[in-house]
Amino acid sequence: MSTATHNQPLPADAPAHPHPGISGDGHGHGTRRSYLIGFALSVVLTAIPFWLVMADVIADTTIATLTIMAFGVAQILVHMIYFLHMNTRSEGGWTMMAAIFTIIVIVIALSGSLWVMYHLNTNMMPGHVMDPALMM
Amino acid sequence: MSSDIWTFIFGRLSWDVIPYYDPILVGTFAVVLVVGLGIVALLFKHKLWGYLWHEWFTSVDHKKVGIMYMVLGLVMLVRGFADALMMRLQQAIAFNGSEGYLNAHHYDQLFSVHGVIMIFFVAMPLITGFMNYIVPLQIGARDVSFPFLNNFSFWMTAGGAVLVMLSLFVGEFAQTGWLAFPPLSGIENSPASGVDYYIWALQIAGVGTTLSGVNLIATIIKMRAPGMTMMKMPVFTWTALCTNVLVVASFPILTAVLTLLALDRYVGTNFFTNDLGGSPMMYVNLIWIWGHPEVYILILPCFGIFSEVASTFSSKRLFGYTSMVYATIVITILSYLVWLHHFFTMGSGASVNAFFGITTMIISIPTGAKVFNWLFTMYKGRIRFELPMMWLIAFMFTFTIGGMTGVLLAVPPADFVLHNSLFLVAHFHNVIIGGVLFGIFAGINYWWPKAFGYKLNEFWGKISFWCWVIGFWVAFAPLYVLGLMGVTRRLRTFDDPSLQIWFIIAGLGALIIAAGVAAMAIQFAVSILGKNKDWDTTGDPWDGRTLEWATSSPPPQYNFAFTPIIYDNDAWADMKKRNAQHPTQGFRDIHMPRNTWAGIVLAGLSVVLGFALIWYMWWLAVLSLAGIVVVSIMHTFNYDRDYFIPAEAVVALESKRHKPVPAGE
Repeated sequence: MSTATHNQPLPADAPAHPHPGISGDGHGHGTRRSYLIGFALSVVLTAIPFWLVMADVIADTTIATLTIMAFGVAQILVHMIYFLHMNTRSEGGWTMMAAIFTIIVIVIALSGSLWVMYHLNTNMMPGHVMDPALMM
Repeated sequence: MSSDIWTFIFGRLSWDVIPYYDPILVGTFAVVLVVGLGIVALLFKHKLWGYLWHEWFTSVDHKKVGIMYMVLGLVMLVRGFADALMMRLQQAIAFNGSEGYLNAHHYDQLFSVHGVIMIFFVAMPLITGFMNYIVPLQIGARDVSFPFLNNFSFWMTAGGAVLVMLSLFVGEFAQTGWLAFPPLSGIENSPASGVDYYIWALQIAGVGTTLSGVNLIATIIKMRAPGMTMMKMPVFTWTALCTNVLVVASFPILTAVLTLLALDRYVGTNFFTNDLGGSPMMYVNLIWIWGHPEVYILILPCFGIFSEVASTFSSKRLFGYTSMVYATIVITILSYLVWLHHFFTMGSGASVNAFFGITTMIISIPTGAKVFNWLFTMYKGRIRFELPMMWLIAFMFTFTIGGMTGVLLAVPPADFVLHNSLFLVAHFHNVIIGGVLFGIFAGINYWWPKAFGYKLNEFWGKISFWCWVIGFWVAFAPLYVLGLMGVTRRLRTFDDPSLQIWFIIAGLGALIIAAGVAAMAIQFAVSILGKNKDWDTTGDPWDGRTLEWATSSPPPQYNFAFTPIIYDNDAWADMKKRNAQHPTQGFRDIHMPRNTWAGIVLAGLSVVLGFALIWYMWWLAVLSLAGIVVVSIMHTFNYDRDYFIPAEAVVALESKRHKPVPAGE
């Protein structure tokens, strides 16, 4: 990519172009071991939800859905740690900062949407009366 | 049989979709054709195509990309404003049984396309243009982190604009309002091409916006000059950082929502339909999770521009730099917590409405802190009433009132009365014209000499200023009044004759703004073509304080021959105070990114893809998508991406300009 223009080492006689604000820079690079662990984990975390659905293991669909979503979250974490090499140190903490911000935004958007849509569904869907509890 | 082949090749495209029955559109088309052909002929006559292609269209220089964004935004401003004038005229005459001069089909497209163009293809390109041009200069970088991506982002934005313009003459645009709420925007109620134009124009432009957000974040975080810690960054760069964080976090939501709507329309899913488990209210909820941060995406960089202007033209350091930065960050987070105030009336309970009403009111606190910071910056400063400063003061008057009507609308019971009324229309024009556009105009007048090497004409600038400010109030104060009387937005005809006078006044206001637009065009023309230019030979015409003024006007393609070292917030003011000298020797080769045609070709193919999807020409869609993939892969094999500007060339360029820095302050 064109980033090379700025981030590759310049010829020896060129002035250094240090980037301040980035201490402990550099991405983590995985080892074969960590990639294999990540691969094994993601396969397992994919296989279990499949098995749960195909074999009808959990009778209650709500519990089944929540369980599968929990596996999904675990899967995301595995990808972030083993494949995207995220930790608290890489890029001077910026990747962690970005991850935290992303999580905040997603939590706000999801929980807010659930809250809002629950209200709308209860109050506005035909056949319902306004729920006094939700009027509060 | 032949009709089958026709349908296969052209999908639902036919001669019937050309709106030749509408004299207004035919007239517009004729004008566009004549002017367009004239420009093309002129470009051929002066053999400028090669110049445009090599120096601009394929350029990865952030400054040229920035200027192209600005040109796109200003051209689209004229289109969007023409739509506004037409609406004002319609509403001023459609009384006493008159139908006005626009039929409902045309009028509904007008108010939809006006909103879409003004937000996506005027305000967005203009602020992105500023961020592109100014941020690398302010942080002492040679370009953005990903120069090719930058060029590509611009062309994707331009591609979206092309599709919107195309809808004027081939088919139609959405008649749904600028956010295209279902079920109206569903396939049952809008079977024609309008909503599809809307979807694909925004999807294509959205790719550009998101990527430019990524690019600018990486630039600001990774490429600051040595010594420039986060809390030494200029405020405009700070606001650009926060804006792009908002872009990257919110535009994917828009992309996802529009994808779901497209699935509903194209393959018959039921995400947002009324039946089969769909929920149109979910669309409203999701699109406002993007939509509210979007308005802060627009206003934050303008706050940044005003901060630079306040400090420069008061000849002193910005008051409360730290509080300015934290106010920006707080607004960034809070802008995600208020989206429901756009649909208080949709049926949430009191606890939800109260929560979002309160968070909305809280946003006015950091915003208010900013206004006080600008005022205290001016306090005891040596204020120079140049054009950018005038725009700042007009902004503070106008925006503050717009902000207060916003807080009023944030009170849910009041919103139940004012929702969907012209009061709301007046409010958001009050903050978007008074905030975003005034900020952009301040920025244009402020940074023009940096970009082109001479100041803009002041006489025509002042005429434009007064026309805009007065015109704004004459145009929108009546809408506040009408809104309080209960007049709803987007009406085409009216029954109550007593309302007409207000619409006539609003129409006059729009005409005054039109004079402002014309004066601005004259200002540009006089400044560009005039013989006696107000040349800026120093690179620092306003006695500026931030790094962009440390280099020449216009800056050389590499921005700075030597990467500056930063010791203070106002880096350039600090250098002037320390009587720093421009280096005159020791120049080295400079490593630069090379131009590439990949961006414009990819965006062109995307426009074809969008057009094919809109008209159901599936073979063309497959072909252009394959083209996009192939060109992208080809681009990755292009290793000829950089070159060196030899030191001798740098010496030649630098010696042309540098006089010693003025001593002291």
